[in-house]
Amino acid sequence: MLGLPHRTERRAKRERVMSMNRRQFIKIAGLSTLFGLGGKGAFEILRPGMLDAAEHGHGAPALEEPAEPAIRWGMTIDVEKCAEPGVVDKCIKACHSVHNVPDFGDSKDQVKWLWQDDYEHTFAGNENQYMADHVKEFPFLCLCNHCDEPPCVRVCPTKATFRRPDGVVAMDYHRCIGCRFCMAACPFGARSFNWLDPRDALNEKEYNMEFPTRGRGVVEKCNFCVERLAKGLMPACVEAAPQALAFGNLADPDSNVRQILRKRPSMRRKLELGSEPSVFYLV
Amino acid sequence: MYDAWKILVGLAIFVGLFTFAFWMNAGKAAPVPEVKIDTPEIKKMPEPERKCVEDKHFMRTTHMQLINDWRDMALREGNREYVNKRGEKYVVSLQNTCMKCHSNKKEFCDQCHNYTGVSPYCWDCHIEPKEEPKGNES
Ligand code: SF4
Ligand code: SF4
Repeated sequence: MLGLPHRTERRAKRERVMSMNRRQFIKIAGLSTLFGLGGKGAFEILRPGMLDAAEHGHGAPALEEPAEPAIRWGMTIDVEKCAEPGVVDKCIKACHSVHNVPDFGDSKDQVKWLWQDDYEHTFAGNENQYMADHVKEFPFLCLCNHCDEPPCVRVCPTKATFRRPDGVVAMDYHRCIGCRFCMAACPFGARSFNWLDPRDALNEKEYNMEFPTRGRGVVEKCNFCVERLAKGLMPACVEAAPQALAFGNLADPDSNVRQILRKRPSMRRKLELGSEPSVFYLV
Repeated sequence: MYDAWKILVGLAIFVGLFTFAFWMNAGKAAPVPEVKIDTPEIKKMPEPERKCVEDKHFMRTTHMQLINDWRDMALREGNREYVNKRGEKYVVSLQNTCMKCHSNKKEFCDQCHNYTGVSPYCWDCHIEPKEEPKGNES
């Protein structure tokens, strides 16, 4: 008995603090059962807004629409210019040497960030049936599309692959456990698994000492040269063939890439999948 | 007690085997790590400015944590600039900052790592500087 005044006092205090006390809750629940209402709906009808307030705390603002990003990096690839002799190879070589990408000389163990494919494979599924002959013959430079809705990121169980706010789909090799879910999820074959130690296939003398290699058992892919962007440089492939490739901010209507895309017709890979690639092919 | 001596002998052998590692190394102190900071890059700095990213004590005790934070800063946050307690700026990079000065992994990193029996896997991916043969320092 001795504790009672205290308890009452405490309860009264709690009731003042809480938006809906137990008594009110039971009353509403009972009433609504009587009238055949149930669940959350009952509370919406009898005490509109009350439950939400109790759930989210008082005066919690409604979820805000995420603001448009200030930067979304993207690339345009002029397919015709890539057909000029040596351009494609130069780009691939530039990329793979800056990033210490090994060449095992064997498609089974192949690791690739940037590679060449033909029209049919690049646009598999939605290739135009009567596409102009010369387009069909062009070499298509392929790389990770840095998708706006990247399926690889959704499936990664460790968050080793993630989308940066600037649109780059990046990897943290420290965290990758090599489960290869992301390889199964990527519709573009942009990811490679390191079956072997990449250092076995790299020439020590040709290392880029400013960039790491990867280890055995991780998945790797193009990183849109984030390490170069951080220094204010263009991606290595763009630097190797500025006449064919352009890189810039898709979120800025006046950027170089947006100006190019306003003037030239372009294609993106497998748009029907909704992954929203950030790499545009100019045809 | 039956077979008391058998049990005792068995126990003695067990204890002996169990503590084998201690007997083996008894009296042999592991050599105290000798850390060298006489790389060309460090020597280039004039004596009073010869400082690491943070002070010596902090680096000794907390470099692993700092490097861990650096990894997340550079990769996750895209922030490649570190401002230290002295207010100086450094590029966040193991290969391009730490190892540029400490280009002697064997005489620097490995010394304490071996002594304490840790084998961090940093250099499975991060390329360690080529160490020039002794007496060829330029
Ligand atoms: S191209 Fe593949 S790896 Fe690159 S972001 Fe899209 S789904 Fe991910
Ligand atoms: S292989 Fe690595 S990056 Fe790919 S889903 Fe698994 S943990 Fe993530």
